[in-house]
Amino acid sequence: MSYYILPNEKEIAAIKMGILSPDMIRKMSVTAIVTAEVYTSEATPVEGGLMDPRLGVIEPGQTCKTCGGTIRTCPGHFGRVELAMPVIHVSFVPHIYDYLRATCRTCGRLKIPEEEIDRFIRLGQKLKKYWPQLAKSMYDYVKKKAMNQDICPHCGARQYKIRLEKPYTFIEEGPAGELPPTVVRDRLARIPNRDVMAMGYDPEVARPEWMVLTVLPVPPINVRPTVVLESGLRAEDDLTHKLADVIRANERLKDAIQSGSPEAIIHDLWRLLQYHVATYFDNELPGAPPAKRKSGMPLRTLAQRLKGKEGRFRGNLSGKRVDFSARTVISPDPNISINEVGVPVEIAMTLTVPERVTPWNIDEMRKYVLNGPKRYPGANYVIDTMGRRIDLRYTTDLRKIAEALKPGYIVERHLIDGDIVLFNRQPSLHRMSIMAHKVRVLPGRTFRLHLAVCPPYNADFDGDEMNLHVPQTVEARAEARILMLVQEHILSPRYGAPIIGGIQDYISGAYLLTSKATTLTKDQVSDLLATIGYIGDIPEPAVLSPKKEWTGKQIVSLLLPEDFNMRKEARVSSGNLKCETPECWWDSYVVIKKGKLLLGVLDKNTLGAEEAKTIIHFLTREYGSDMGREFMDKAFRMFLRFIEMRGFTMALSDIAVPEEAFKEIEEVFEKMEDRVRELIKLYEEGKLEPVPGRTYEESLEIRILEELSNARDEAGRRVLRYLDPFNNVFIMATTGARGSTLNITQMSVSLGQQSIRGKRIHRGYRDRTLPHFKPGDIGPEARGFVKSSFYKGLSPIETFFHAAGGREGLVDTAVRTSQSGYMQRRLINSLQDYIVMQDGTVRSLYGELIQFKYGEDGVDPKNSIFGEPISVDRIIEKHLGWKR
Amino acid sequence: MAGSKRKTKFSVLEHELVPMHEIVPPDEALKILRELGLKPTELPMIKVTDPVAMELGAKPGDLIRIIRKSPTAGVAIYYRYVVPVITKK
Repeated sequence: MSYYILPNEKEIAAIKMGILSPDMIRKMSVTAIVTAEVYTSEATPVEGGLMDPRLGVIEPGQTCKTCGGTIRTCPGHFGRVELAMPVIHVSFVPHIYDYLRATCRTCGRLKIPEEEIDRFIRLGQKLKKYWPQLAKSMYDYVKKKAMNQDICPHCGARQYKIRLEKPYTFIEEGPAGELPPTVVRDRLARIPNRDVMAMGYDPEVARPEWMVLTVLPVPPINVRPTVVLESGLRAEDDLTHKLADVIRANERLKDAIQSGSPEAIIHDLWRLLQYHVATYFDNELPGAPPAKRKSGMPLRTLAQRLKGKEGRFRGNLSGKRVDFSARTVISPDPNISINEVGVPVEIAMTLTVPERVTPWNIDEMRKYVLNGPKRYPGANYVIDTMGRRIDLRYTTDLRKIAEALKPGYIVERHLIDGDIVLFNRQPSLHRMSIMAHKVRVLPGRTFRLHLAVCPPYNADFDGDEMNLHVPQTVEARAEARILMLVQEHILSPRYGAPIIGGIQDYISGAYLLTSKATTLTKDQVSDLLATIGYIGDIPEPAVLSPKKEWTGKQIVSLLLPEDFNMRKEARVSSGNLKCETPECWWDSYVVIKKGKLLLGVLDKNTLGAEEAKTIIHFLTREYGSDMGREFMDKAFRMFLRFIEMRGFTMALSDIAVPEEAFKEIEEVFEKMEDRVRELIKLYEEGKLEPVPGRTYEESLEIRILEELSNARDEAGRRVLRYLDPFNNVFIMATTGARGSTLNITQMSVSLGQQSIRGKRIHRGYRDRTLPHFKPGDIGPEARGFVKSSFYKGLSPIETFFHAAGGREGLVDTAVRTSQSGYMQRRLINSLQDYIVMQDGTVRSLYGELIQFKYGEDGVDPKNSIFGEPISVDRIIEKHLGWKR
Repeated sequence: MAGSKRKTKFSVLEHELVPMHEIVPPDEALKILRELGLKPTELPMIKVTDPVAMELGAKPGDLIRIIRKSPTAGVAIYYRYVVPVITKK
């Protein structure tokens, strides 16, 4: 757990890969495996079989016949199979192919003149040092050049084309014909070391003839353990099965050769052995049938163990399962801080934090130990100075252990309020997908999180689950607290703006509270301020008579720092309520001077998440993350309290339009239908003016679509006038809390055109979408235009079209997530090790330069305002805004 | 290139998608490397056979300065080190 290299530790400077030579394989093997029999009839392993006891121990209690170790100490030992005839190692086929083509069939030399070989070796060594990529392309060039020689420059022998028949058969288009592995091996063995080097290989660790196997290593049994099933039956690992096949084929081949069987039979057996050895390495070879188990399942052989998502690398080395983690459903809690996470007691009693006993905390630690594992703020383990771990679940006398506690002991105590944990929701696409929270132990069985942190996690509460991890070292906890705490991620490097901020009810609440129409009695003010634990004076009431009353703006101002200045147009500022200057009637221009909200309502433009230049943005940027967090904790709690006091709901009456409105809708649509009929007529007469760059048919479609959307918009404009623009639904839409005017139009006026692939709905029968229409009808209704609104209700046909359009959306998201997920993976893999150095350059791990300046301008997007490091306008506003 | 008998010769440097390239004089190149604290091998590379490098007549060991338009910085200056490519000789 230490970052330093201790005296007896070694630092790995380099790793060199090579090919096992036959000598090496024999040297490291403890026994030759000669029989495919695994167990004798008495269920003991056969000597010289695949479960030979010399290969290692897998059952507890045994000692190893080779090293004398136990199951914990014996690493396992290799065996070997002496192959009756050599076979090709499939993984090296491409290299063998290159070697065969680039070297002479008679003298085994690289088909390049002597002097040039020298030059290439020297050049290659130089290039490898400085530009490994260039070295590779040089070697490729050398090979290509050698392959193109028809006559060997060394011995003058004629060369023939060699063909590779997948997966592992080499055929010479000359006198030799098919090259059996023996011939291949002979040819490879003839290549001198110098020529091997000129092709970019290191003959010391990778002689070419080693790519043809004469002896096969048998991995230790630890690698392929026997599983004993409940029924008492033994099930061998896939690798053991495959090795048994190899041995069987090998024995048969050996017998055939010894008994002098005909050439053809030997050849067949040889091919069989080759097949088994090949599938032992890789069972997904193109061109070879995969080896199967009795059940028909393909065997999982060596390559399959390593490859892919669940393979050794991605599944076990880059992604490991961890202890000290928990997962459960999440639910909202607006009363905790955004920095906190609510942890169920049950989980808090399972996860532990190791705490070292010191003279200063010993009393506290004693209390935890006394409580034991079953009472809440307790402890599960105690580790004494000798490193012995005492499990408190099985101790009868907790008091004795508590008394024995002394400095230096480690107590693994339960999670308590204030502990730092990491909280994560998949997919982790962001750095904000894993943030540190402070624990808040709560009753219940779900993780609780503040609603303002939903956007960074992209979480909602329709059943989402999240993971929690407890850092176990002080370094890790410090790092988490300083770098990963939620408040340090209020500003997102993605937008250069807060990603944590007001959503939904917070926005509506803020709007209602700060609206001019809202006045609060002393009781209400006290209530609001009590919910945020405000201590201090209440400002002078804005209204003194007949009753003392305060405005919401006054209350919100209590949360702002005294020197805060800001002005911004509110989101509600639009249409006939538009305000572009402070001198405006509609209260939709926000002015904050010296920490007082003087004018304007708060809404998404001033509080929203994923919105730039909001109050939250400036507070966090200018006063630090503590200020941003504190403001959000308090303000949001207050907005919710206010919205509770006032009441906020959505009712059918909010979107109900009167009878005469329906007539108006009908009128608009009739006119639209006329125009569409007109267009179709023009089209049929060939008089329609085509849209540039489109075909005649497409032009008609575009014109019709235009008409349809215009009609819905017009109907919307005319009909929404009948509704109260200050009802709750409209408040949500105009403040940006949820929904848009389009959504309201769809609810109360008309759903509009349904589309598939951006076009009107065409599929179904020939020339029509449904049997309810005449063939060839391309009018609005026949192509998925929904006149009705959700309020009025959809006709069966409209419902069908709506479902068809809705389905496309679902399919789209499913397809998009998988595609973008893969893209993300590739991007991350290629970028993950690039770092911004102190001098502002972006470098790879090898010191290669990627960018001369990060992002070419050296700006950290998180601390920028619209891509610029500073905003002069904002600085002026900040310091002189109160004067304006 | 051998066999290019086109009448109008087109310089890649004139194409609007190709940013400005120029060879840096050796003494200046040394200064730049010292300023950046880089070994030549750590620089991004450009092959001698690159159309632009051929157009400029750059030789292995030269430093090429590329002046690009950048959406973030307006103008971004890059350097590339000319590297040899082994071809038929």
